[in-house]
Amino acid sequence: MTAHVPVAVLTAYATGELGADDAMAWPVEAHLETCAQCQDRLAGLIPAPVGEMLAETRTAILARARNGPKPARRRRLRRLTHRWAAWSVFPWALVTLMAVIAAFLLDAAFPVRSAVVLLLAPVAPLGGLAVAWSRRWDPAWETVAGTARAGLELLLRRTVVVLATVLPLLAAVGWRLGTNPALWLLPCLTFTAAALLLGGLIGVSRAAVLLGGAWVLAIVLPALVTVRMPVFVQTESLPGWAVTAVALIGLTILRAGDHRHLSK
Amino acid sequence: MVRAVSAGEVAPSTQAWQVEATGLRVKAGSRLAVDGLDLMLAPGVHGLLGPNGAGKTTLMRALATVIKPKDGRLRLLGHDVRDRRSLRALRSRLGYLPQQFGFYPKFTVRDYVEYMAWLREVPAADVPAATQRAIDRVGLTDRAGSRLKSLSGGMLRRAGIAQAIVNEPDLLLLDEPTVGLDPEQRVEFRELLRDLGDASCVLVSTHLVEDVVAACSDVLLLDQGRLAFRGLPADLARAGASDGVGDSAAERGYSVLLRDHRSAA
Repeated sequence: MTAHVPVAVLTAYATGELGADDAMAWPVEAHLETCAQCQDRLAGLIPAPVGEMLAETRTAILARARNGPKPARRRRLRRLTHRWAAWSVFPWALVTLMAVIAAFLLDAAFPVRSAVVLLLAPVAPLGGLAVAWSRRWDPAWETVAGTARAGLELLLRRTVVVLATVLPLLAAVGWRLGTNPALWLLPCLTFTAAALLLGGLIGVSRAAVLLGGAWVLAIVLPALVTVRMPVFVQTESLPGWAVTAVALIGLTILRAGDHRHLSK
Repeated sequence: MVRAVSAGEVAPSTQAWQVEATGLRVKAGSRLAVDGLDLMLAPGVHGLLGPNGAGKTTLMRALATVIKPKDGRLRLLGHDVRDRRSLRALRSRLGYLPQQFGFYPKFTVRDYVEYMAWLREVPAADVPAATQRAIDRVGLTDRAGSRLKSLSGGMLRRAGIAQAIVNEPDLLLLDEPTVGLDPEQRVEFRELLRDLGDASCVLVSTHLVEDVVAACSDVLLLDQGRLAFRGLPADLARAGASDGVGDSAAERGYSVLLRDHRSAA
């Protein structure tokens, strides 16, 4: 720290004799900015009119701070919802809820050899994924698409929201029916990972529709028509599901960068 | 001790050109809307004029990294847009107001601008202050708590401008920002534009020739995906001094330049 400002110089500064264009004013101001002691001394040296003006300004600022507009309230919950949920997902959530409940009622009414809930489990999150990051369903898509968090981050956040909606629902229904949790959990995760992986190449909406359509046409419809439960929803297929799920989730993480591109 | 100075330390912190496009081709659907465009943009306010279907919006979308150019080279703020590693960093320095700007109707103005600030990776501690500043700058302070669906068209546009400038972007793209603004607001908006153009590169697409003349340092005229003319607003007025159709010299200049370009092509 340098020595303090001499009294003569400080007096000259306080009375305005040391003008702003004077080279000596610069070191004085630089010193005053950081030195509380010299600020105190300066306060004692300023002429009365300046002191009055400062006091008035202070009162005015304090009055403004008391009577002026209040700071905007911080709404954490609201902000959290905005950052995680996409508006377009809400209608889908309702549809999925109703589909799962309908499947549950069917299974509960015809308990013998019926597993509609299990047939529905793999495709339950796909509808949500299809609308979660889609140009057609998201009204603000164009504004959002060019931002830093668009692409991978928003997609993953919305996937988490979709899974957080679907999994508890399936868990509740599965628990009431007394099915093995792995039987709905593993297919559900496998199809989610597959949709994300394929989505990196052809777009998540398209991938979700493709996978969901394939599952419904190839497995669900024949099963419902013939009233025979396919091997995919029975306990002996669990090791196969487990291996596929782990492999696909791993691949999805490896290929996450695919979502960080410009849309065509 | 003598210390070696690395290349990184002496590299310029800003680029000479915020936008560098060479032979840029961008598709809109199946049509080639931007067809072989060469464009270099430095800081300042650039006005983009052109008839409907000239490719203005498609060019804006490509510059905003919303769609991928089909062909040609496009560097924004010194980064190639096709480089996946630098895309995120580049996008956090962009601001974009789309022409058809969708929004979530239940959001309030503050929610919306705050959400966009977060999407553009404004540091969390700065988000509330940056939001308030952006809302103040477009003059929506007293409507900050209103829902977007309750706003008039002009106010909605201003909310859109607020979200575009909330991260103080180095490259700001405004597609038809003056639609729906009343004359007083347009004058205020021009002042805001000049203010923004001091530090960053602003590209404003518009149909209103007088906006360009009043607020832009540079005029670009686009026709059928190509650059038909580039010059000062004064050049526009000079071209229309004695010829052309329109109510003002600049409007006449616009029609003359467009006609000349078409007859030359």
